[in-house]
Amino acid sequence: MASSVDFVLYEEEFKLLESSLRRLRQEANAVVVFLIDKNGQQIANAGDVTGFDTTSLASLTAGNVAATDGLAKLIGEREFSVLFHEGQQEHIHISIVANRAILVVIFDDKSSLGLVRLRVKRASSELEKIFETMLQKGQATGSTTTSSPFSEITDDDIDALFSE
Amino acid sequence: MTFINYASKEINCKIVYYGPGLGGKTTNLQYIYNKTAPEAKGKMISLATEADRTLFFDFLPLDLGTIRGFTTRFHLYTVPGQVFYDASRKLILKGVDGVVFVADSQRERMEANIESIRNLEENLEEHGFDLRTIPYALQFNKRDLSNVLPVDELYRTLNYKREPTFEAVATTGVGVFDTLKSVAKQILVELRKR
Repeated sequence: MASSVDFVLYEEEFKLLESSLRRLRQEANAVVVFLIDKNGQQIANAGDVTGFDTTSLASLTAGNVAATDGLAKLIGEREFSVLFHEGQQEHIHISIVANRAILVVIFDDKSSLGLVRLRVKRASSELEKIFETMLQKGQATGSTTTSSPFSEITDDDIDALFSE
Repeated sequence: MTFINYASKEINCKIVYYGPGLGGKTTNLQYIYNKTAPEAKGKMISLATEADRTLFFDFLPLDLGTIRGFTTRFHLYTVPGQVFYDASRKLILKGVDGVVFVADSQRERMEANIESIRNLEENLEEHGFDLRTIPYALQFNKRDLSNVLPVDELYRTLNYKREPTFEAVATTGVGVFDTLKSVAKQILVELRKR
């Protein structure tokens, strides 16, 4: 079952992703930047996220991208790699990175679509490289069956989660 | 596809509630939402039509506590049950870790149940999953109604692989948490095997 392979994120790559997102936020003059897994889980972010419901944002963005992907296939396109939603004050720029993640940039009138597009392009190739490393690392650990912290989960651990 | 984040020490799993239209998938999630402590849940999102039928999905993030130092999060999704929303159903199964099938116990919904399980099987296959191996629980919902089929008859027809099966009345919560626990446990056991 190829598609059930876990997506594992280690500290080292997480830091690289975060610093790349921070740079993008600064250079694009954006309000906040998110990186989301295509399945709707948030990977990393940059900027002040206190006003945002990040979990809902991740899930809805992934749904949005999945629906648009479906539309693309219906008309014979492989994907629509960029989505843009324009609001009155804030706008959302969504793009696919490394085929498996979604980069979301939320910006206001302090920036512009052109600037965001330009910076996203550069950040994307940086992020792609990090994902490549992650993938290689994942494959390497997968093939050597190193003990994951979950191999030692006991039935009691699992029961304890449901114990109230 | 479980997302294990070593940096933030989180495990994220995705559970999809599947089944025929008006079977009670959204009601399951609503009950879970209403009965879960505020600190353990996120906002429930329902993308529904004006008539309150699920249009795309419902979404409920749940935080079950920690296991070996990792925060264990389950993202619960429902699919739109109506037959013509198949394209959307397929999308929601992407990256799924476990499935709950909410069957409608009413006699006249038997065909719809069977058709929906077949559809689940096909749609899982398109994502490279196999219903025979994926964590899975079966729920016979609406047991409080008068026109329901006997449980053993439902079991004979709908049980796929001797999966854990629960009688439920989602509106009052009977069987709702038992079903969720069952599939969540299977997912964690699966994680241990890897």
